[in-house]
Amino acid sequence: MAEPMGFFTDTTVCIGCKACEIACKQWNQLPATNGGQNTISGVSYDNTRQLDGIHWRHVRFIEQFDTRDPNRTDGRWLLMSDVCKHCVQAGCLEVCPTGAIVRTEFDTVVIQSDVCNGCRACISACPFGVIGINPVSHTAQKCTLCYDRLKVGMEPACSKACPTDSIQFGTISQLRDRAQKRVGDLHQQGQTEAYLYGADDKIVGGLNSFFLLMDKPEVYGLPKDPQLPSRNLAPSGIGSGIGAVLVGLLGLLNFRKRRMDRFAAQGHRES
Amino acid sequence: MPRELFTSPAHWTWLIVVYFFVGGIAGGSFFIAAMLDLVGNRADRSLSRLGYLVALPGIAIGGPLLILDLGRKERFWHMLVQSETFRPMFKWWSPISFGTWIVSAFGAFAFVAFLAALVRSGDRPQRGPLVPFHKIVYGLGPLSKLFLILGALTGLALAGYTGMLLSVTNRPVWANMNLFGINLLGLLFLASAVSAAAATLYLLGRRRGAGVEHESLHALTRFDDWVLGLELLVLIAAIVSLASFFGSVSAAWLAGWGALLIIGVLVLGILVPLVLYARPRMLGGNSGVLAAILVLVGSFLLRTVVVMSSETIESLERVAHGG
Ligand code: SF4
Repeated sequence: MAEPMGFFTDTTVCIGCKACEIACKQWNQLPATNGGQNTISGVSYDNTRQLDGIHWRHVRFIEQFDTRDPNRTDGRWLLMSDVCKHCVQAGCLEVCPTGAIVRTEFDTVVIQSDVCNGCRACISACPFGVIGINPVSHTAQKCTLCYDRLKVGMEPACSKACPTDSIQFGTISQLRDRAQKRVGDLHQQGQTEAYLYGADDKIVGGLNSFFLLMDKPEVYGLPKDPQLPSRNLAPSGIGSGIGAVLVGLLGLLNFRKRRMDRFAAQGHRES
Repeated sequence: MPRELFTSPAHWTWLIVVYFFVGGIAGGSFFIAAMLDLVGNRADRSLSRLGYLVALPGIAIGGPLLILDLGRKERFWHMLVQSETFRPMFKWWSPISFGTWIVSAFGAFAFVAFLAALVRSGDRPQRGPLVPFHKIVYGLGPLSKLFLILGALTGLALAGYTGMLLSVTNRPVWANMNLFGINLLGLLFLASAVSAAAATLYLLGRRRGAGVEHESLHALTRFDDWVLGLELLVLIAAIVSLASFFGSVSAAWLAGWGALLIIGVLVLGILVPLVLYARPRMLGGNSGVLAAILVLVGSFLLRTVVVMSSETIESLERVAHGG
């Protein structure tokens, strides 16, 4: 296996230009809209709104302004280019019933579009809401970390296009070192709220695309404590097993050989 | 905000709701029929026969609904056979994967039992194409017993795995229904499916001409009474288990889906039938029929609320938060 590869996204230098979104769409030939007109979100300057089958990168705009203050003096923009986290323990991969979702030699998570049959289990399994159905292929799709480009030694389209190096591509160990250093620098400059999300193994075994954030994860649309869907496997298996035993016992008690006609008069007077 | 609200909906909607309902009835019917054949009276055969006659059509309708729901229907077999290597595709830790095998195995059991049931009860066919099937179900002594036991277990698995399928996700409601380390969704679906199957068999069995003994029907309603009681307890536990989750969603969501769950499922689908079964004379001879119909409605509504409340939560929450 090659060394694990991934993204380090430093949200502090993102300028919201969306070059990564466009580069991703171009390289992966993703349609601009879902067959229809462009719509605007109406609540934000961000009209992409979410990651899904035709948006494998999404630059999230977080507009922290007090709308009751007419001068909007106190406020800030948080910008973050979101993407599949290429989880070390991936919920999507766990539940995929066709084997379409695989872990590659780069330790990334890829959906093979020619295998996927569009059952959508992965969509409800991903703790980050990354996957969607692509309306052209009718299969589940998401970022592949440009598997085809990695294969030939190129870097992914988004990080290549990013003009501020907010998105950095590299080996995980290299990126983690760089990210630690960046957090240290920011803390020294007084930006003590800076921290890394997913750069260790605490979040689903580690995120191979991890982030430097300046506010709580929820503010960026990221769950504080993402979990794997398999956490419910045993609890719900046990529940169903208890159900089967109880219903089996009830069947045994109610259906075992009875003396005929004893209860017949009690109300079933039909026929 | 609970972590489940950061995820995306799979858009499993009405096809899946109907599949859960019909598949549950199919599995439950086979289970009841096999129990009657295994431990019941000989005279229960006319009722157990009905169970097998319901099970195959049930899965024959339900299975294709699952295929219809796929984005690429022609690739449904990718869940059974790996499309690259042609080796069997099976992941015991993926509910859709083991569910595919449960559905397939159940189809086989239901097929054999259906053909056996086409032979009128009491008849002992000497020749004809159905004889081997009749023999498998009734004529092979301990092997027939084994067939019925395995079929009954597969039927229960079919009724319950659908709840597991929903709980092994990261979606609101489904992944939140945990109490004392147990996720209740599989248990809830299982009880509700078996009770709906009993109601179906009751409605079919009480028709003139079905030839089902009163005594068999009585045992059936008594059984349904108990299973409804179990379902009631589990449903209350499920509502309790969701309490902390309810705290984080909007009043609009609660008022809509929550009310349907309480009024439609708990009261109309469980409590009223329990009373009607207990007092069969309340509405003349028809209390049993009304009870059975309400059980079916309640079982369908339960699946509707569980599936759709989670699927529609984003839009309702967006409205609530002015987004
Ligand atoms: S972020 Fe979601 S889609 Fe990406 S690897 Fe993790 S579970 Fe799969």
